[in-house]
Amino acid sequence: MTDTSKIKVSIRGLYKIFGSKPKEALTYVKDGLGKPELLDQHGHVLGLQDINVDMQEGEITVIMGLSGSGKSTLIRHLNRLIEPTDGEIVVDGEDVLAYGEKQLHALRQNTMSMVFQKFALFPHRTVLQNAGMARRVRGEDAASADKEGQKWLKRVGLEGYEDKYPNQLSGGMQQRVGIARALASDSEIMLMDEAFSALDPLIRTDMQDLLLELQRELHKTIVFITHDLDEALKLADHLVILKDGAIVQQGEPQEILLNPNDPYIMDFISDINRARVLRVRSVMDATTTAGVDISGDVEADANLESVIAMSGGDTTKHYRVMKDGEQIGLLHMQDLVRALVPVIAPEHDDRAA
Amino acid sequence: MAIYDGLFKTLGLSDWCATEDTGGPMTMAELLAQANNGGGEAAADAPTPATPLLETPFPSLDTLHKSCGSIPRTRDMTSAVEEGFLNVKDGMKVVLDPLTQPLSWLLDWSLSAFQATPWFIMIPLLMLLTYYASRSWSVLALVTGSFLFMAFIDHYNYAIQTLSIIFVCTIFCVVLGVPIGIAMSKSNTMQRITIPILDMLQTLPTFVYLIPLIFLFSVTESKLYGIAIILYAIVPVIRLTDLGIRLVDKDVIEAADAFGMNSWQKLTGVQIPLALPNIMAGINQTIMMSLAMVVIASLVSAPGLGVLVLRGINNLELGVGLVSGFCIVLLAVLLDRSTKAALGRINASEK
Repeated sequence: MTDTSKIKVSIRGLYKIFGSKPKEALTYVKDGLGKPELLDQHGHVLGLQDINVDMQEGEITVIMGLSGSGKSTLIRHLNRLIEPTDGEIVVDGEDVLAYGEKQLHALRQNTMSMVFQKFALFPHRTVLQNAGMARRVRGEDAASADKEGQKWLKRVGLEGYEDKYPNQLSGGMQQRVGIARALASDSEIMLMDEAFSALDPLIRTDMQDLLLELQRELHKTIVFITHDLDEALKLADHLVILKDGAIVQQGEPQEILLNPNDPYIMDFISDINRARVLRVRSVMDATTTAGVDISGDVEADANLESVIAMSGGDTTKHYRVMKDGEQIGLLHMQDLVRALVPVIAPEHDDRAA
Repeated sequence: MAIYDGLFKTLGLSDWCATEDTGGPMTMAELLAQANNGGGEAAADAPTPATPLLETPFPSLDTLHKSCGSIPRTRDMTSAVEEGFLNVKDGMKVVLDPLTQPLSWLLDWSLSAFQATPWFIMIPLLMLLTYYASRSWSVLALVTGSFLFMAFIDHYNYAIQTLSIIFVCTIFCVVLGVPIGIAMSKSNTMQRITIPILDMLQTLPTFVYLIPLIFLFSVTESKLYGIAIILYAIVPVIRLTDLGIRLVDKDVIEAADAFGMNSWQKLTGVQIPLALPNIMAGINQTIMMSLAMVVIASLVSAPGLGVLVLRGINNLELGVGLVSGFCIVLLAVLLDRSTKAALGRINASEK
């Protein structure tokens, strides 16, 4: 998370309209026609409208939305499994939409790899052959493909399963193969389409930890799709919230939590355990002046839950916020408690019932 | 005169009708009437008694011809079809003859090869092949028992001829059918065009195939029955190849795309291997159908067990017909069991 990091993938003014005459429908949309009106009057479905996202190199960009919000459509635009109706997709400064078939194949083989919700492993190939698949497709010989496959299978904890077939493994293990397959391609960008949604909660948490651990080591540019807010908050460096094919809000997750700009998002975040998700740095008073009546030191990245435990519930205390051994701010317990109250969700909150 | 005379009068077509056309072949009924009446003209001119309303004939070509000579009879129509076919026949022969010649060679070559191989080599060879394909001792026992039985009752030679024809025709069906099936699975237009043709091939009574083929090729050529068998038996392998490839999991295809496979890598590395159980089921059906057709094709000089069945029918030799019929059943069962066992093996390794 450095400010100097460069933009790896950039989506500019992306539109996707499903129907027989998307170009024509696009003009209506640009003139301000909404999704329901477009469907009623012209029989076209507005999949994505005016998407602008910059994805930083080495960061996890999480795109979150409910089903039907267009998030899976969006991620498939990045490697052009779906062709956009309008807009630009720039990867490493090159417009992917201008690519011919050869360049597109090269992009998919070398620059981007993908992990799928339903794993999508080749059922007729062994785990090892699946893991080395990307390299085989590129035309590398079997020995080097197997070597890489072996290495990454070991890394995701599947040593000893090389000669099994995918359907002999559990869902969690299959997805580990999926991740090994993506990693073995050695691509800089990883697209993860609801990669953990089909797994049960405990395994999902394991896989999230695995991903974060790998990411600390590999610093890939990861685009992660999810419908689960907790997962999004856990993984995201940059969070993009989609609704009905449009971006409602994007930014740093803590920022979105504290300053939601849309009733939809307020509604969304009203259910989560804020004390566990919010970090000290997000609610502190950023100052280097020494405070009075300091009860102790806390780390900037500690979550509020741990601070509450430390204070024993006393709201009159004050803490010094430390990062890398230096003070970067002061935390007043009263601010902390105030931050725990969610921004008031709108009256028509039907999810609370 | 005839019942529809009035119709042509009111339509004012009497003049057009008057150009009496008596040419063309006579029907059997006309011929009989002519013979009975000695000349017949008098009988035709005799006033017909008024037809009761309930017996009004359908205004078919023959009925209308009685009232109006310019309308062709059904007989004229069929002979026109025949002439039309005979006219294009020579042109078709020029194209089709060289194209289909390899089929003749292969059929003849395989027939002589199968027959030239002595039984004490052929039967162990078949046993080996069966075991290799099925890996099942019971199927092997069935095949061995059947062939020893047929050899014992002196039907070995006929059975091996039938087997040789099925062998060659199945190879042709697979070599032609699988690519057609793949093309169908790739293009909806191709599928729309091909399905009616396949439906027609499957529903046409088997004898109907033989009629145009007899005219196109001489009965002494083995490709005549070869083509008949292939046309009939190729349908399931095409259909099931198409189906199998279309049924391959969309997610897996998407993964193949996402990792940058080109269409050839996708076809050979993903689609065909995953469609293989369906393709094999199609081949099994193709073998069964070529066995059914090879019996009928004995009408056009296909050798094998069918010849014995035909002899049973023609000469009313009940025993010959029944025993050879039983041998055909035996052949069908062992072909089915060994291909199904092979199919089961593929399924087991994939699932």
